[in-house]
Amino acid sequence: MTAEAVTSPAADRSPEVPRSRRRWLRRYSPREVLLALALLAPSIAVFVVFFYRPFLNLLNWGRFESRRNGAYFEDVGLAQYREALGSDDFREGLWHSVQFVLYTVPAGLVLGVLLAVAAHRRLRGIKVFQAIFSSTLASSTAVTSVIFFYLFNPVVGLIEANWLNDPDMAMVAVSISSIWQNMGLSFVIVLAGLQAVPDEVMEAALLDGYGAVRRLVRITLPLISPVLLFLLVVLVIFGLQAFAQIDIITKGGPVSATETLVFKINRLNRPDNIGIGAVYSIGLFLVTLVVTALQFAILERRVHYAR
Amino acid sequence: MPTLPSLRASGGDGADPGRDEVASLTFESVTKRFDDVVAVDALDLEIHDGEFMVLLGPSGCGKTTALRMIAGLEEITEGRLYIGDRVVNDVDPARRDVSMVFQSYALYPHMTVRRNIESPLLVRKYRVDGDGAPPRKLTKAERAARVDEAARVLGLTELLDRKPAALSGGQRQRVALARAFVGRPQAYLMDEPLSNLDAKLRAATRLELVDLHRRVQTTVVYVTHDQVEAMTMADRIAIMSAGRLQQVGTPQEVYDRPANLFVAQFIGTPPMNTLTGTVTTDGGTGPAVDVGHGRVPLPPGLTTRLEEGRPVVVGVRPEHLALSDEGPLEQKVRAVEWLGHECLVFGAIGDSPLVVRQTGLARLEPGGTARLVVDPAHVHVFDPETTERLP
Ligand SMILES: Nc1ncnc2c1ncn2[C@@H]1O[C@H](COP(=O)(O)OP(=O)(O)OP(=O)(O)O)[C@@H](O)[C@H]1O
Ligand SMILES: [Mg+2]
Repeated sequence: MTAEAVTSPAADRSPEVPRSRRRWLRRYSPREVLLALALLAPSIAVFVVFFYRPFLNLLNWGRFESRRNGAYFEDVGLAQYREALGSDDFREGLWHSVQFVLYTVPAGLVLGVLLAVAAHRRLRGIKVFQAIFSSTLASSTAVTSVIFFYLFNPVVGLIEANWLNDPDMAMVAVSISSIWQNMGLSFVIVLAGLQAVPDEVMEAALLDGYGAVRRLVRITLPLISPVLLFLLVVLVIFGLQAFAQIDIITKGGPVSATETLVFKINRLNRPDNIGIGAVYSIGLFLVTLVVTALQFAILERRVHYAR
Repeated sequence: MPTLPSLRASGGDGADPGRDEVASLTFESVTKRFDDVVAVDALDLEIHDGEFMVLLGPSGCGKTTALRMIAGLEEITEGRLYIGDRVVNDVDPARRDVSMVFQSYALYPHMTVRRNIESPLLVRKYRVDGDGAPPRKLTKAERAARVDEAARVLGLTELLDRKPAALSGGQRQRVALARAFVGRPQAYLMDEPLSNLDAKLRAATRLELVDLHRRVQTTVVYVTHDQVEAMTMADRIAIMSAGRLQQVGTPQEVYDRPANLFVAQFIGTPPMNTLTGTVTTDGGTGPAVDVGHGRVPLPPGLTTRLEEGRPVVVGVRPEHLALSDEGPLEQKVRAVEWLGHECLVFGAIGDSPLVVRQTGLARLEPGGTARLVVDPAHVHVFDPETTERLP
């Protein structure tokens, strides 16, 4: 190896331009670069208008503290960031968001996977079940939330205990409606992933004597691991961003037991608090970014991508 | 090459210790229907213990379906399937103690070659502690030894830590074979395992498979639509067409005495020439078939009594015709293909196409005629109605 490296033609290339950059420059003519930019322009424009510019605005708003209930604003620099991100209120919101994610994501994912594995077979009428399990995906969050709101009503609902008024149970109640929705999404996506696993590979496992559990753990899950990673990332983001179900089912209550970060951001979105709301938003963005990056960093090595 | 030590699985549950040594496979009028498609139609076939049986037939004739029924991957609609003398219709695939090489190889893409080969050893129990002791699972060290050995026999030692995606087609196929052989099952089922290989590799692997079979002495059921594979590898060939068994026999039997017109024309390249005609006894040198543009003598061994004027189909392989100026048949020559060691003369007698195989170069011009003699010992006679061979 070393002997090769010494005598390789790369050694007598001019040292100031790295090889990869020279290649890149040689590969694309100015016309091609212009064309690439032109083709990217629409999506760049959309990102600038709807993402980067609002994001910069948000960063900017975070510097301003409202005075006299929003009558005017004072630039306090990073002080408001420090104050708001360190506040008990922010910490409470973050904890509720994490709780919500922990309640809704694993349960929804596991249920979705189990249902998909159960429904992935050639049986007469299996399409009916597939349609039923997918239906939770087709109903909007608002509709699902209203349904669960009534299910949790102690008078007309299924559950006699008044969970929605119980600070310990309210988060569980809200989570159940999201588990229900996450299950549908996981079901549909995992089922699609399972269709891509060759039948013959599963049959080989059958002949090798693998039982149902071993087949699931050793063959099926590794083969659909890219789909599982995708679902995990998406569901965690959905969880951190959840709003409608909380607003409809508990309105953040009782007291503030179900106030997640997003819910608090929405509550702060008034002129007199807009600066703090902006800081919370940035905080949520950073949390989401870190959590997502961590998931990729930790899990991607263990994912099998078919080539 | 090292010999493979005998290490047979105990038949899954180990409930039947006598099972080990007899691994014949018997189809007893087995039928498989997919809704209204009859994939396998009342198949009767016995595959002896240790035999290399090839299921041969054109695409869609039901070969794969028959094989999958042995494996337990396809339910049997009617009839009975035996492994040894046990009916296995309702036995779990895992408990049938057979291994299968799939046409797509079906390797586990997320596992290394080592883990792929090891896979059949993980769950099954083996009778490794002598005849008296109960079967047990192999230890890690025993599994590693088995994997290393299978890898060595199949030349995979260097590749054990790779994943299937990093292997060539031929290497993948070897891994699939190693995975099938490592568990020492009672029977190996192979579904066109060579079809993804190039011609040279296919020819080499053919020989290796035969060699491997000779050493392990275990029943092999091998599916192919390639008659060269069938002829070169099989102890016996079962020829199928449209779900029905046409003939079972050694390669020589099916070549020399095809049971019907289908087999006659399916085996052999170019296929057997067939001419329709009527039986005649007047003139010439004994009973013959008048095919319009000449006479084909009837074979001396024919025991069926054929009355004058009876319509028959005669079959003659291209290599049993010879160019000769005095020959009783006249062929219109269309083309001559020279292949180096032999040449093929394509032409027709009347409207029936006819091919003659000739060693060396035939000096014939397209458009001309050639006279042919027939070797009477190699004339086949078939009933035009039933297409069956007349004995
Ligand atoms: N799962 C199935 N559902 C419906 N019909 C099927 C199924 N599997 C096979 N068949 C039909 O059964 C018949 C036999 O199929 P089979 O796969 O056994 O053929 P084959 O001899 O292996 O052919 P090939 O050489 O092309 O692999 C075909 O007509 C096929 O269309
Ligand atoms: Mg097939």
